[in-house]
Amino acid sequence: MNLDRLLPNLGEWLRGIGPESDIVVSSRVRLARNLADMPFGNRANAEQKTETETRVRNAVATASLPYALEFVDVAKLTPIDRQFLVERQLMSRELASVLDGPRGVAFNETESVSVMVNEEDHLRLQVMRSGLALDEAWTEIDRLDDALEANLAFAFHDQFGYLTACPTNVGTGMRASVMLHLPALSLTKEIEKLFRSLQKINLVVRGLYGEGSRASGDLYQISNQVTLGKSESRVLQEIREVIAQIIQYERRARQLLLKERRQAEQDRVARAIGTLGSATMITSEETMELLSTVRLGIQLHLLDDLPPTTVNQLFIHTQAAHLQKLMGTPLDGEERNAARAKYLRNRLRELGSHQR
Amino acid sequence: MPDCQFCGDPATVHLTDIVNKKKREMHLCENCARRQNLLPDAPSPQLNLPALLQLLMNQFAPVPGGAETDEGDPTALTCPTCGLKYAQFRADGRLGCPEDYEVFYPVLVPILERVHRGLQHHGKVPHAVRQRRERDELDDLKGQLAEAVAAEDYEEAARLRDRIRGKETAE
Repeated sequence: MNLDRLLPNLGEWLRGIGPESDIVVSSRVRLARNLADMPFGNRANAEQKTETETRVRNAVATASLPYALEFVDVAKLTPIDRQFLVERQLMSRELASVLDGPRGVAFNETESVSVMVNEEDHLRLQVMRSGLALDEAWTEIDRLDDALEANLAFAFHDQFGYLTACPTNVGTGMRASVMLHLPALSLTKEIEKLFRSLQKINLVVRGLYGEGSRASGDLYQISNQVTLGKSESRVLQEIREVIAQIIQYERRARQLLLKERRQAEQDRVARAIGTLGSATMITSEETMELLSTVRLGIQLHLLDDLPPTTVNQLFIHTQAAHLQKLMGTPLDGEERNAARAKYLRNRLRELGSHQR
Repeated sequence: MPDCQFCGDPATVHLTDIVNKKKREMHLCENCARRQNLLPDAPSPQLNLPALLQLLMNQFAPVPGGAETDEGDPTALTCPTCGLKYAQFRADGRLGCPEDYEVFYPVLVPILERVHRGLQHHGKVPHAVRQRRERDELDDLKGQLAEAVAAEDYEEAARLRDRIRGKETAE
């Protein structure tokens, strides 16, 4: 499959629509599943991994679903293509570059559904929705799980539920997460207090690219820690309640910013656009920070001729692998910074908004 | 008097422990108790507590296929199916196969309690398992029905028959 055809699309998670999309970027539910009669990934040999891959591929191909899932052999991809799929949130960094041997990912046309094979668990199912839509994501992944189970026997234990390679996932195998853009809470430093209280109620806060990654561009993923002892619906309900509260806090912080320092915010947004539109070297990190400011500016109507989806496009296109695909050539770090700056200058000139 | 669970001789050492409100008993003869290091060699009123705990863990943790234990040390557990050793699990926190949840049951329980504050799955169950459970329940009810009929407890039999019919039509 030529992955380049995905380039012009934003993918489900950056569509920029859906409930509460001024704050909630996307909702994601994932399920960990394992075949009953196979060793888990870390103790499976190449032959067993190949068999797992074959069985899952067949199950995916014959699953009765309203969409088609196309399988990509990750072992055969170039490093840039692997990174590209990580940036599009279709697979994990582990599957891309930490793990080796037979492994793959199947996903649908709209990039809302993906199935990783031979990750830490034999199967990692994922459903994405833009905006706050955990229930829809759950309904979809529940159906996907049923469809795959029709052709595969999953490891299940009467006491412990779905068995997983890591005991932290056993039970439902479900991790539900919501990606939030929280620039105002970050700015007012209230965010650390918020995160400490979330940890106390067993919710996990992570950066953009999951485990161990830092929060870039004020984007945070909030997800459940507990998978054993609470049903899927109860976990989803708990997350929903917490997210509703965080949304309220962020909205209040945004209103306060407008009330108390509108001029300063206006200036910050204008400078962000200015830097993005005139820099000749820019890192991905700085780009994400500036785009975060621009995104806030759009939401606060301090800037109105730039649609939020454009920010999403600039965001994804300036990631390392996307950038190299757009330029059509591999680039080292310095070259990427120059190429990124050039891409941003050109795009913003086209949009005509850098003159503001 | 019960017989020793290990050799069948009359048991003189009786152990009872209560975990999660479930009472569990073990009976051993003196020789076997000594072999399990429960009783010290020199006469002493002290029981060997670590050995006692180990014996109880191994005895009661469901271990199909039998985990190989080395001198009763829980850290010497090895999975007979995938070969995972306890030390390897400790090192990277990953289990090797579904069987490990039984093999390492005694060491997993405290970990699961700490991480999840729960030990019993609630939520989705695979279709295949749900069907099996329903079949088992139906078989169980049918067994009870046969017993009730044999005992000429027709009131109970009628009640059971209704429940069976209800389940069969629901399927």
